[in-house]
Amino acid sequence: MHLTVAGHDTYVYTGGRALVPGQPSILFVHGAAHDHSVWALQSRYFAYHGSNVLAVDLPGHGRSAGAPLPSVEAIADWLVALLDAAEVPAAAVVGHSMGSLASLEFAARAAGRVRKVALLGPSVPMPVSEALLDAARRDDHVAFELINGWSHSTPRQLGGNQVPGMWMTGAAMRLLERSPPGVLFADLAACHAYAAGLDAAAKVACPALLVLGERDLMAPARNAQALVTALRDVRVVTLRGAGHALMAEQPDAVLDALRTFVQQ
Amino acid sequence: MTQPKTHRFDTLSLHAGAVPDPTTGARATPIYQSASFVFPDSDHAAALFNMERAGHVYSRISNPTVAVFEERIAALEGGVGAIATASGQAALHLAIVTLLGTGQHIVASRSLYGGSHNLLDYTLPRFGIETTFVDARDLDAWRAAIRPNTRLLFGETLGNPGLEVLDIPRVAALAHEHGLPLLVDSTFTTPYLVQPFAHGADLVFHSATKFLSGHGVVIGGVVVDSGRFDWDAGPARGKFPTLSEPYRGFHDMVFTEESTTGAFLLRARREGIRDFGACMAPFTAFQILQGMETLPLRMAKHVANAQRVASFLAAHPFVESVGYPDLPSHPDHALAARLLPRGSGAVFSFSIKGTRAQGRKLIESLTLFSHLANVGDAKSLVIHPASTTHFRMSAEDLRRAGIGEGTIRLSVGLEDPDDLIEDLSRALHAAGKTKP
Ligand SMILES: Cc1ncc(COP(=O)(O)O)c(C=O)c1O
Repeated sequence: MHLTVAGHDTYVYTGGRALVPGQPSILFVHGAAHDHSVWALQSRYFAYHGSNVLAVDLPGHGRSAGAPLPSVEAIADWLVALLDAAEVPAAAVVGHSMGSLASLEFAARAAGRVRKVALLGPSVPMPVSEALLDAARRDDHVAFELINGWSHSTPRQLGGNQVPGMWMTGAAMRLLERSPPGVLFADLAACHAYAAGLDAAAKVACPALLVLGERDLMAPARNAQALVTALRDVRVVTLRGAGHALMAEQPDAVLDALRTFVQQ
Repeated sequence: MTQPKTHRFDTLSLHAGAVPDPTTGARATPIYQSASFVFPDSDHAAALFNMERAGHVYSRISNPTVAVFEERIAALEGGVGAIATASGQAALHLAIVTLLGTGQHIVASRSLYGGSHNLLDYTLPRFGIETTFVDARDLDAWRAAIRPNTRLLFGETLGNPGLEVLDIPRVAALAHEHGLPLLVDSTFTTPYLVQPFAHGADLVFHSATKFLSGHGVVIGGVVVDSGRFDWDAGPARGKFPTLSEPYRGFHDMVFTEESTTGAFLLRARREGIRDFGACMAPFTAFQILQGMETLPLRMAKHVANAQRVASFLAAHPFVESVGYPDLPSHPDHALAARLLPRGSGAVFSFSIKGTRAQGRKLIESLTLFSHLANVGDAKSLVIHPASTTHFRMSAEDLRRAGIGEGTIRLSVGLEDPDDLIEDLSRALHAAGKTKP
């Protein structure tokens, strides 16, 4: 589905089903240099089980036009505009990595629009290593290689994909490579600069779910501790052995955690 | 911590795709000889059928043993994934029918394996898909053959039987200029000698019957997707409706929206393997996996042996010519040095200064080289293309493909190269003494 959001053509994957007014909605927000396709094994399920699915391509990502947004706060405001454009009054919001920060900020800013918020691979704050920022600033391919190396747990670096015949790290690399020059840097810089995470968490009124990867090197599970303390109504699911690429590494476990949380 | 972490080729050859069996701990990849896989519950079953969840349902569509092979070759090629098929022929067919339909057109190198030529030249026209064959080395000919209805460019890394080295970077650039993908048959090279994706190719297929399995015990194939080609953007936009428009055969799925980098493989599995059904058997995948564990070791030795044998033949007085790109006499020697720095494989042809009868005598006098129609076995092989693999081609086509009456093709195996040279030396002597 294509919408115009903040003046730009915006692509929203709806899980193979058109939106139905009155159905509960779930908004999926991807991470740095990603697009809606990272949610393939979580989003389609909901679309076929009574929910409206909106898996967005953020501006400058995937099939959406425009420049990447400069800050986590700007992404949060854009998500409000997105729901307006889609005529969706409120949604459960699911975000991964950078998308988890934007979802958190969104939930703090627009309480009435967010029924529940699920944060996958969050880290507050989310400092990005100087080496990675620097490589991304130069649009050096090494930035993608560093991310790919840190995002997948050691066993998954050798495969064992639940999707038959797909090579997980190869597919992850190609998706990163699809991002236009400058996008990864803009995203990482936004994550790095976002300082308001704990304040935002304290303002969140809706139920929150954290899904953490036990072996996440990008956003180590321990970095979520402060969030757990700051959030009022929170449950935590830690996926054993998982790295940062949670949706690819343990697609069923992530889906099941989301189902339980959304349906409760 | 600032070094990117990736596993290297030899490690991936052994490990990619395989994890110790979660229930038994088996270290070798088990042969999951099961037609179907039990659903945990009805909701899960429906979700698997509808691609809401991933997993195995029925071994025509996917199988755990086969999937290990698919992941491993995708890893070695540097692609996003792969689909294993019943044969190399089935892999080529799957790649074509996933992208093309009636009224569409392929531009292919003229220097193809005979079976590929059969499919493109004689069989696919019956289904409305035409092919124009061009000289693999003539970039202008490739360009001139592209029509508005062209949807695919296709060549072999090393052409058959002249070992024309496909200039992948230039042919790929030409393809992309026209919004078209380049499909490469890398059977003779395997990812050990060249990774076509690193040079711009978009799709690769193999006859896994050959060097990937490496022991002459299976028939199998595989098609690998680089995940780089954007089927729905730039000059490609509108050219690939099988991927970019709703597919009635799968809930109106739009594959390019469903998967940014895996659209081709999704369609190929959800339609091509599902409907045409040319899937790989798990036992076949197991045997290919065994072979792939030693792919780097075998290929290095195949190439070293082939180089020794080619040099010996090139210096032999009864040999007219040797067509091997690692020899300076081959027209693509310089290109081979660039694209195939580890060597130009182990299959090549040579011609004797003799008649057809002397050629026959040579083949019959060999004792280590087995006379049969295959390549890429651990054991050395020999064949006479004009009377076997290429016998359907007209004299003119044979000439254009560089095949003479006295052309003999070798697939150099892993024996001691001195034994192979002695065998050839003896046979050349016997052939020379035979009445012309
Ligand atoms: C270069 C090449 N491509 C494709 C094929 C077809 O493979 P298969 O015999 O596995 O169907 C062959 C088989 O000889 C081949 O040599």
